[in-house]
Amino acid sequence: MANALPLADDDHHDQPDSGIKRWLFATNHKDIGTMYLVFSLIMFFVGGAMAMVIRAELFQPGLQLVQPEFFNQMTTNHALVMIFGAVMPAFVGLANWMVPLQIGAPDMALPRMNNFSFWLLPFAFTILLSTFLVPGGAVAGGWTMYPPLVLQTGDSFPMLIFAVHLMGISSIMGAINVIVTIVNMRTPGMTLLKMPIFCWTWLITAYLLIAVMPVLAGAVTMLLMDHFFKTSFFNAAGGGDPLMFEHVFWFFGHPEVYIMILPAFGIVSEIIPTFSRKPLFGATSMIYATASIGFLSFIVWGHHMFADGMPMAAQLFFMMSTMLIAVPTGVKVFNWTATMWRGSLSFEPPMLFAVGFLFMFTIGGFSGVMLAIVPADFQYNNSYFVVAHFHYVLVPGAVFAIMGAVYYWLPKWTGHMYNMTLAKWHFWLSTIFVNVLFFPQHFLGLAGMPRRVPDYAVQFSDWNMVSSLGGFGFGLVQILFAVVVIQCIRGGKKASAEVWDGARPHGLEWSVPSPAPYHSFTTPPVLHPTEVRRS
Amino acid sequence: MVSPNTSNGFNLPMGVTEISHEIYNLHMLVFWICVGIAVVVFGAMIYSLVKFRHSQGAVADTAMVHSTKVEIIWTVIPVIILVFMAVPAAETILKMEDTRNSELSIRVTGYQWKWQYQYMGDADGINYFSTLAQDSNFARELHSGVDPKSVPNYLLSVDKPLVVPSGTKVRLLLTSQDVIHAWWVPDFGAKRDAIPGFINELWFDVTPGKEGIYRGQCAALCGRDHGFMPIVVDVRTPDDFKKWVEAQKADLKQADGSAPAPAETVKTAQVVN
Repeated sequence: MANALPLADDDHHDQPDSGIKRWLFATNHKDIGTMYLVFSLIMFFVGGAMAMVIRAELFQPGLQLVQPEFFNQMTTNHALVMIFGAVMPAFVGLANWMVPLQIGAPDMALPRMNNFSFWLLPFAFTILLSTFLVPGGAVAGGWTMYPPLVLQTGDSFPMLIFAVHLMGISSIMGAINVIVTIVNMRTPGMTLLKMPIFCWTWLITAYLLIAVMPVLAGAVTMLLMDHFFKTSFFNAAGGGDPLMFEHVFWFFGHPEVYIMILPAFGIVSEIIPTFSRKPLFGATSMIYATASIGFLSFIVWGHHMFADGMPMAAQLFFMMSTMLIAVPTGVKVFNWTATMWRGSLSFEPPMLFAVGFLFMFTIGGFSGVMLAIVPADFQYNNSYFVVAHFHYVLVPGAVFAIMGAVYYWLPKWTGHMYNMTLAKWHFWLSTIFVNVLFFPQHFLGLAGMPRRVPDYAVQFSDWNMVSSLGGFGFGLVQILFAVVVIQCIRGGKKASAEVWDGARPHGLEWSVPSPAPYHSFTTPPVLHPTEVRRS
Repeated sequence: MVSPNTSNGFNLPMGVTEISHEIYNLHMLVFWICVGIAVVVFGAMIYSLVKFRHSQGAVADTAMVHSTKVEIIWTVIPVIILVFMAVPAAETILKMEDTRNSELSIRVTGYQWKWQYQYMGDADGINYFSTLAQDSNFARELHSGVDPKSVPNYLLSVDKPLVVPSGTKVRLLLTSQDVIHAWWVPDFGAKRDAIPGFINELWFDVTPGKEGIYRGQCAALCGRDHGFMPIVVDVRTPDDFKKWVEAQKADLKQADGSAPAPAETVKTAQVVN
């Protein structure tokens, strides 16, 4: 059985290799997790720099800094880098670090594939970002790559397709690894329903990834064929259908949205109970809710396309199915609130980020319900209201959860406590600026400003200026995050095994010393059934 | 700044059609429901954050882990609220999709980066392009040195607007010659994609008495000048519209004796700022 495979041939790797070999040939889940997280942080700053260009150009009406074509390159690459380079790799990095530690496994199930899936990413993004140097410039047709527009891309077109394929392969391998690890390598006695909730959300996420990344690969391959081999998948003149791309893309794209939020749900479900000193309320219903959201994510893609012209029956179906998502999502929000209810709360940085997530993700949820209302969606569609909506769920949603996770487990990884004061400053300034940045975008969209425009009519000036100021502030404050993390890696007060001694950390990851030894759980930990409560 | 539409600068415009009113009311209905839910949910969160603080000596009730009753309640109540929102939304969808009995049809074609309007029926033959007005087009260049605030209706004015009668069910047939565009006039509550190879339908009926100039923009990323292909609609009374149609037709004849005039030669350009 699984636990009878103690990776015997790795026994001589008691200590990491020295120098670059440790990272190039890494098979240790902790090293690979670290590489994913560092890569994600770098991409967060690269994508953030693009966002700064966007907000600087939109600071006032008229074009001051960049040409419209370059602006479109910025919006397109900002999205691709943030989605595929920052958010997704951050979650895979957290899975690498924490899944084996939480289920009592010695490593991920497929360490060499793990190495490969990480090392594809730097190449994928080198290719994607080098398109800024090729004739015709970088991709500018939007991250959604709608034909026929994307087929007008210059030499960067095949590079985009190749980069997307590499990212997809990397994600699929990462997902396979998570599934195989969770299904086979749980310590004896850890039944699925006793498994920590972060592992649960990741297990469902991994299935979503395996289901939809090949769909994206198929869609972009058809684009490639249309561009170079004169096929007509999406070419109306040849009997094809440009709308079919949108259907195929969003069949990938909507589950992709949940790929970027389900692990965040898992993180928040770990942090809130710890600092509420109380078990997660309704833990089993949390799992069912996550699974329901995963299922529903496959039948709502049409809500991205209401304005495309759709049969009335389809509009009604996608409106209802989309609204249904509010039910399990609501269950999750209510459960988190109930976890805090009659708890004993303290506000260390991870808890601050989790609570911030709770409030601001819910705001994104409200605008999500509004967007589901088809007639109103005709007004919201492709306006800044949509931009505000998805940034609320992705920035103070997914990104805040990732930062909360880093603040939660960083002492476990490094063995040091970090500068709590600085981390709290990071939270409060981020929270203020992220709202100054994104809240006015609701107003802009409702007042009629379309998204993806480099310039705007003068009545949109005031809110754009406010939004840009918030954007610059938010961008700058993230440097604090890098400072806290780097300081913590270099040294600091020694962290105990439990790290959050005064609170109620729960789970196997707190049973190993801090920093977690290079090899942990080389023999399966003994689990007393009564001791395991989910988070 | 004076808003070119009926929006107050931070909310949806009420608009000038029955549909845009219904959309506005739906939007406000759902908005206030969300505010109501937010008060309850955020209230409970804030109460917990204040009341159950470790530093204030709160002791956690670790036995409170599950309650089937409560969980059923907070699953069922949202379902009821959603149905309450979905019913009026569905009614409006039915109206929006009913393009029967239209009184005027206009074919709208998107190009990178302008719109073409081809009238059908009684106004058949009127056919022209509508592009960004010259003063905006000059001011929007990088380092143009022109303050956008000094340009009337910066980025929202065209050389030749679409002219339609009020109190008339106007049907647009949307398509595109190159990439996907989207025709959007917020005051009409009307947005629909213009897709090559497809013909999408859209209708609006401007309330009599609301004649005037209404402005919108392309709402689907369509390349370099996506931000610079506005839509301007000049709504006139049916009588004035009839006069306009006759004047256009007279010009068409004059422009080219007996042969039917190609669309582009219509030169009754009428700048509307």
